[in-house]
Amino acid sequence: MKIEKAILAAITTHKDEVGGGVPVFFCKETAQMEFIAANLEAILDGIAHRLSDTLYIIVKH
Amino acid sequence: MADEGWQQQRGGAVVNEYTYPILLGITAGTGIRLLLLRTDYRQYPTYLHGKIIHLSLGLIAAALGTLAVPSIMEKEFTAVTFLTLAASQFREVRNMERNTLSELDSYELVPRGNTYIEGIAVAFESRNYLVIFTSFVVTFAYLAFNVWVALGCVVAAIITSKLLMHGATLKEIVTIENSPLYFEGAGLYIDQIYIMNIGLPERQKEILEYGMGFVLTPKNFNVRSTIANLGQRQAILHDVSVSLGVYRDSGTPALVPLIKRDLSDGRIGVFLLPQDNDIQRAIDVIGAVPVLENAIRMPSEKDNSK
Repeated sequence: MKIEKAILAAITTHKDEVGGGVPVFFCKETAQMEFIAANLEAILDGIAHRLSDTLYIIVKH
Repeated sequence: MADEGWQQQRGGAVVNEYTYPILLGITAGTGIRLLLLRTDYRQYPTYLHGKIIHLSLGLIAAALGTLAVPSIMEKEFTAVTFLTLAASQFREVRNMERNTLSELDSYELVPRGNTYIEGIAVAFESRNYLVIFTSFVVTFAYLAFNVWVALGCVVAAIITSKLLMHGATLKEIVTIENSPLYFEGAGLYIDQIYIMNIGLPERQKEILEYGMGFVLTPKNFNVRSTIANLGQRQAILHDVSVSLGVYRDSGTPALVPLIKRDLSDGRIGVFLLPQDNDIQRAIDVIGAVPVLENAIRMPSEKDNSK
């Protein structure tokens, strides 16, 4: 099955910002968050979108 | 005795009153097909075997168009029904082109899109009809008048085919301007047209370094809907990527050329990632993109005066 428009993962430094059924990666600092987002983007073939300074999501388009 | 009869038949069949008209008709038709089988930067139909297929079909089309004339003159009117056979045959050509191009499209870094493919397929079909028509007219002119009139018809057919087959290009309907890319937060913009959200700072840097932005402003109201067509937009992206290269690979969905629309005035913002960052060349290439006939809309044809 081809997945279209789905949030594959969320990466955040603020635990309170995300919840629910999506895989969440908690990070200690912004640099680590960007590093994980860049890696996940490559691994998952998705695009890393920034919703706020403390929250990234990986979306499959 | 039998041998003699065969000789006579053969002697009658080699050169008769129809031989030269038929030869001229078939040559003219095939010649027209060859002329319309252009190869340009879009790299289609350069595929060698594709060329052979189209030349052979052109020859068949020319033969069909030509042979219709002697059939009518010999009062064999039912022979014209094979033209219907030709029509179904050339619909097959359209299917063939569509299937081939759709198959190839899934492996393009920037796909052509279905609208473009459909336009190409229709063009291939209609070119065969032009060949039939040319052969018919040329043969008829030869038989009804003389060889000089027939040759005149060949020249006229070449000119009409060129005119009929030359569609409009984008530079006739829009003005193209280079406009810088910029980020507002994570949002990528061209002249206030929002393109996409790019989160990672390194991606943003890459995009600012390699990306180029253009704004296409429609010259009139009809054009707004034409350039809003998603197929037309994809055709622009494909043609530019073919000519200027593209800075992306499989598995980098963030690096994708995109076109977004300004809803308020119908302008479109073209975000490109070419490998050759030559602004003038990019403008030329965008200007040379064909206006897809499937994308043309004529809202102004609606009679507004009540």
